[in-house]
Amino acid sequence: MYDVVIIGAGITGTMLSWKLSRSRLKIAVLEKENDVAEGATMANSAAIHVGYDPEDGTLKAELNVKGAQQYESICEMLHCGYKTVGAFIAACGAEEEAHLDVLAARADARGIPYRFLSRDEALAEEPSLSDNVTKVLDFYTTAVVYPWEVAAACMEVACTNGVELHLNTPCQSIEKTPKGWLIRTPAGDFETKYIVNAAGVHAAQIHAMVAEPEWQATPRKGEYYVLDEDAKPVRHIIFPVPSKEKGKGVLAVPTVFGNTLIGPNSDFQEDPDDNGTSEAGLAYVRANIGKTLKNIPLNRSIRTFAGVRPTTTSPDFIVEEVSGAPHFIDAVSIESPGLASAPAVADRIISILAETLDMPENPDAVMTRKAPVILKLMTPEERSRLIAENPAYGKMICRCMQVSEGEIVDAIRRPCGARTVKGVKKRVGPGFGRCQGGFCEPKVVQILARELGISPLEVVYDSEKSNILQSENRI
Amino acid sequence: MKKVQAIIIGGGSAGLSAAVTLKKNGIEDVLVIEKDEEPGGILEQCIHNGFGLQTFQEQLSGPAYAERFVRMAEELNVRILLNTTVTKLTADRVVEYVNSEEGAVQVQADAVILAVGCYERPRGGINITGTRPAGIYTAGQAQRYLNIDGYMVGKRVFILGSGDIGLIMARRMTLEGAKVIGVAELMPYSNGLPRNMKQCLEDFDIPLYLSHTVSKVFGKDRLEKIEMVAVDENRNPIAGSEQYFDVDTLLLSVGLIPENHLADHAGIRMDPSTKGPVVDDRYMTSEEGIFACGNGLHVHDLVDYVSLQAARAAEGAAAYLRNGSPKGTPLCIKNGNQVSYCVPSQFYPEDPAEKLTVYFRVRTPMDNQQLVIRSGDKVIRTLKKRKLLPSVMEEAVLLKKDMEGLTEDITVEITEVAS
Repeated sequence: MYDVVIIGAGITGTMLSWKLSRSRLKIAVLEKENDVAEGATMANSAAIHVGYDPEDGTLKAELNVKGAQQYESICEMLHCGYKTVGAFIAACGAEEEAHLDVLAARADARGIPYRFLSRDEALAEEPSLSDNVTKVLDFYTTAVVYPWEVAAACMEVACTNGVELHLNTPCQSIEKTPKGWLIRTPAGDFETKYIVNAAGVHAAQIHAMVAEPEWQATPRKGEYYVLDEDAKPVRHIIFPVPSKEKGKGVLAVPTVFGNTLIGPNSDFQEDPDDNGTSEAGLAYVRANIGKTLKNIPLNRSIRTFAGVRPTTTSPDFIVEEVSGAPHFIDAVSIESPGLASAPAVADRIISILAETLDMPENPDAVMTRKAPVILKLMTPEERSRLIAENPAYGKMICRCMQVSEGEIVDAIRRPCGARTVKGVKKRVGPGFGRCQGGFCEPKVVQILARELGISPLEVVYDSEKSNILQSENRI
Repeated sequence: MKKVQAIIIGGGSAGLSAAVTLKKNGIEDVLVIEKDEEPGGILEQCIHNGFGLQTFQEQLSGPAYAERFVRMAEELNVRILLNTTVTKLTADRVVEYVNSEEGAVQVQADAVILAVGCYERPRGGINITGTRPAGIYTAGQAQRYLNIDGYMVGKRVFILGSGDIGLIMARRMTLEGAKVIGVAELMPYSNGLPRNMKQCLEDFDIPLYLSHTVSKVFGKDRLEKIEMVAVDENRNPIAGSEQYFDVDTLLLSVGLIPENHLADHAGIRMDPSTKGPVVDDRYMTSEEGIFACGNGLHVHDLVDYVSLQAARAAEGAAAYLRNGSPKGTPLCIKNGNQVSYCVPSQFYPEDPAEKLTVYFRVRTPMDNQQLVIRSGDKVIRTLKKRKLLPSVMEEAVLLKKDMEGLTEDITVEITEVAS
């Protein structure tokens, strides 16, 4: 019998599991995919929005501000990349400038620091701003993270503290029992006192297993370009002025290790699992980035991707116990700024649990993780010292991102470690660079096979059936 | 900090040729830094024949061609550091490298030759929409899996791009039992060498779809299907021309890009038309004492030319080590009508090289044209060209007397033959 089963190992589920792992509760996280952070957490703008955008009086506004405030210290505890880059909201003309004042007023009320920049002041810092931009509101504490890195780190520490992670474990049905709930999965049944529905784009299906939802899932796709790290067209996140219809608009985001994201569009779609890109979507991104920026080198694109946001007919986040389903807690409709809000969403869920669940502290729980070795951030002397201890740190596998064999082995051996080529990419970076794995993937396949004790034929790219190699070559 | 006279970054075909030439030119203290466990670079996975016709007047496999240069390098006592990756280069020629034995090391070089090679344009560099399943590889990556690691990546294969590696892989995978359904090429002409078109596609009845591209892929876990469309003269998809092929594998042979991360970070000036460094007639980059050659400079179609040009770069580096930089200010060698790039693209009219071979490519296939090399209005040379193809690198030779005392940039252009 579990105390809490969390359905979904995205940023919400993993953040919650990490925070709950401070207690003695018996917790399981069920994830239908082959790794953590496979849905919206894998494919978004990677920005920790500071909280000026959500309307007054919403849960979104409250949780965004509270969540964003926690990120820096969380990333410090978990040794995840966190880079304060600042967010330029670029207004074009008087009408948009007036909206900047609305955002600034909200920021004042919420204690968010900002500054206004004239066109010339902004241009001095961002020469690629388009000729349309007349004024900029800079939320200079805005940061970027790698969302999947944060999720994997949360899960790693939670697992170390005794939380169980069950991958490839889709929830098939949920039954009410006298003591709580029975969850049926192909990997076996899970009996639990509480369920947290953090299933992202699939949250409506999970909710429908216990009650008819009062909202409907309306997933929205967002598509992006990724530019070569040496292209660096911007230093800050560049936003257009947000609108109700188009949300945050098409942005340019400098990521932690230097690639630039350009996107997203925002299109409704039926299938929550369809994260394919489309010509129409990418054309929208190409056309609309020009509003705020010029000369964006889209010819230096190294990848395009799409993510599906877990939007619903509810305009606000829903974080509450479902009426008529006691001890079943929804964390749904966590669209943007869901990443930034995740720590506060987790806190809110914990306070809901605490109303009826006793959560004794686990004195042995350790909430931090050992800092991963990242050679490219070290001085030559520090690298040499490490390589002397472990020669695998001297063997470069990914030349684009400068990742050594030692770092890849670490990523595999850690709790909640990488089991797939994409899992290695998510945790330490090979494949994120300009060759997109052209050179390093064969080496990563060999390392995974050796570390996991399997044949290279069994190594998968991502999902359980995504084999990379098909047969041994007859010689 | 340790000091070395000449460091060559990269131990592939360019680096080995440069090393051998430096030694032959009396430069004793030469260090080649190679990231892989063997010298030879990408030649090691090119097990097909056709290398060395120009250099050795015989047909060799890639590894055999590399072996010749490795042996020459060994005989000349070239030091090759294997399993060693250069992580940083500065404009004043400090090379930082890392390996398991020494750790992270900084070395001061008097001259550096970049022989870093190129990488394959990935899927994200072209606009293929759809899902992101396993089963999509660059052609060279599939070649490595097959020829080095010993694994086939799939059974039903489609290839996008008629570059040479794609063509070679069409034949190779067919011979190993896969079914190659077809090759699509965006341009109305092939980008591969004519001989590869014949020997790799025609001889195996593999269809080539010119003016077509792969527009979308399908499949959640592993590739299941591709969508191919015809394109118009502006390379835009033609609505209604979609065709679908059930395949488990898509190989991309859609361009090679010089690897210029180190050069970029050293502040070396880049040529947007080659995506490699700008070099002068000695193959020196914008940073004194740093030279460039091989596919890291511009992408060659034959390894023989890589070896040859790397030797020229090494001669330039040897001359620099003896005499310093050339005198005076350089003029440019510019891309004229129908010319997509020229390498080298600078020369010294006050101190010209004895002989300079300018390598260039044309933008489109053309018949019966005239190559004109001029400096301002002064025509230096004209040459009839019966056939010009973008996939075939062209060359034009300039002599010292052609360049001496010029006051205007040189332009290389293609013009109609006056009838």
